[in-house]
Amino acid sequence: MRKPKLSTLIDHAVLIAGSLFMMLPLLMVLQMTTIPDTEIIRTGPSLTIGDQFDDNFTKAMFEASGFSGENTGLSMLKNSMILGMGFAVGKIVIGMMAAYAIVYFRLRFATLAFWLIFTTLLLPLEVRILPSYEVVQWLGMLNTYQGLIIPLIASATATFFFRQFFRSVPEELVEAARIDGAGPVKFFIDILVPLSQTMIAAMFIIMFVYGWNQYLWPTMITTDEDMYTLVRGIKQIVQVLEGAVVPEFGRSNVLALVAVIPPVLVVVFFQSWFVKGLTESDK
Amino acid sequence: MAQVQLNNIGKTYPNGFEALHPTTFEIAEGEFCVLVGPSGCGKSTLLRMVAGLEDITAGELQIAGRVVNHIDPADRDIAMVFQNYALYPHMTVRKNIGYGLKNRGISKDEIARKVDEATAMLNLGDYLDRKPSQLSGGQRQRVAMGRAIVRDPALFLFDEPLSNLDAKLRNQMRIEIKALQRRLGVTSIYVTHDQVEAMTMADRIIVMNAGRIEQIGTPAEVYHNPASIFVASFMGAPPMNLLSASAVDGAVKLGDQTICQTQHQGPVTAGIRPEAFVLDATGPFIMDVQIVEELGAHRLLHGTLNDENVTVHIDNEVTAVAGPQRLSVRPEAVCLFNVMDGQRLSCSP
Repeated sequence: MRKPKLSTLIDHAVLIAGSLFMMLPLLMVLQMTTIPDTEIIRTGPSLTIGDQFDDNFTKAMFEASGFSGENTGLSMLKNSMILGMGFAVGKIVIGMMAAYAIVYFRLRFATLAFWLIFTTLLLPLEVRILPSYEVVQWLGMLNTYQGLIIPLIASATATFFFRQFFRSVPEELVEAARIDGAGPVKFFIDILVPLSQTMIAAMFIIMFVYGWNQYLWPTMITTDEDMYTLVRGIKQIVQVLEGAVVPEFGRSNVLALVAVIPPVLVVVFFQSWFVKGLTESDK
Repeated sequence: MAQVQLNNIGKTYPNGFEALHPTTFEIAEGEFCVLVGPSGCGKSTLLRMVAGLEDITAGELQIAGRVVNHIDPADRDIAMVFQNYALYPHMTVRKNIGYGLKNRGISKDEIARKVDEATAMLNLGDYLDRKPSQLSGGQRQRVAMGRAIVRDPALFLFDEPLSNLDAKLRNQMRIEIKALQRRLGVTSIYVTHDQVEAMTMADRIIVMNAGRIEQIGTPAEVYHNPASIFVASFMGAPPMNLLSASAVDGAVKLGDQTICQTQHQGPVTAGIRPEAFVLDATGPFIMDVQIVEELGAHRLLHGTLNDENVTVHIDNEVTAVAGPQRLSVRPEAVCLFNVMDGQRLSCSP
């Protein structure tokens, strides 16, 4: 057998230490889902593996925690999914179309329009949360998916990135398409969208995770328990009103783990696509 | 019949810059017309105006008897080959070539048949399912050609299509393009800054400089009878020798030797092609040869004559060494130009 070199050993030591550093909190949470809640109160995280995981998992996913009996883990997972997907897709579609208009059409005040859009980067939802709430409430969109998603979409990040990308697409491609008889819509769908694949993948990763992790806005806009998202649902379980009751730590920990999985899957899935696109495309 | 007709076509940019002065010429059906000139002379602008990619700010453009000033590029019945090919990177060769047909609502079977026909003609049959990034420069160039011919247009436009290729491939593609154009008989406008391409490919050359046409003529005309000093110095490699001479009482004198006769009086520029000089032991001129450039089939002598730089072309049977050499000039090959405006003056041997 080949004798490992010292430098290889050091490399691996560093990498293993790094991975452990990132994974330990998750492993601790996982451990705590397997022991009874009273145990957690007494000892905190420990090295013992208990037998409560199945129980906690069933409770977390299929048993409602609120008063109305509608916010099971599954329904919260569904709501989070709709929020993350709706936010990412909506943002990409609107961002691409806005960037297309700004880059390829000679509009009056196009630069002004762009900078107006750009300034929204300085005004995230948290800054304008009261007027936004007022508007959503006035439109009757409280406790709806539209109300959850649309105000979050109103920001320029995607538009900005797609604008920069479209400007790097060679002029000749546009001209060749014009001579080939592709009008604005065909050029967008047949040429620009396929060329933007990598950009779309990158945007989807960022936007899905951002939407999934939203806490403040869903807390404000959803009061019906069947509209709760995972991220805020976890908080609700631990928040116990009567002082004598032990909070259901095991159950909320399962939910915390479940909440981590979809963003991880999105990153893993789109990352391969993203890398493939980076190496293969030459626009 | 004129396939393309330009009547006082001009281009002025909104900032007042006149990229193309009003220009009138026509191109006959099946003709291969080359626009040549240095960068920034307006040749690409002119081509893009014909294509419809630039607005025409003055004059009238006709293609196949139809005024097309305000007609969309897609409806002008033209096809264009771009300098960097402009292939759609995400589409296979087959789709790249068929895209224009698909947009025109032609049936799938018809598209497949036409694409097969075009690719067979261009020897691209084995590459139909590859993407542009998997092709070499020459193959990409062929795909770009295929995209043009599959449409069977009234006019081909080429915008410096060979300038991204290496020298050897360029020579090969030059011949291929010319042969293809011959076979299809489609009227073509070809833009290049390379005068060798212009000379070898053109039926007719249009030499442009600073937004104006300097001369229109066959390659031989442009080469042997340049209309101005600009054309004389731009066409031909090595370029024409331009020497200062003077016309006194009808005789043009280079140094103290008469080289031809003219009506003009005063200082003139004499243009003499390198091959119009002859090494001649009894010749009247003495050239101080500094460098002998060996080119196999022939040699070039670089040196000075009356303190002006001169290049002389000689055959390889003639031996030549550096140092003073006696020369004579074939008087019928001398061109005279006005010193003031660079225009051609008439002269006789």
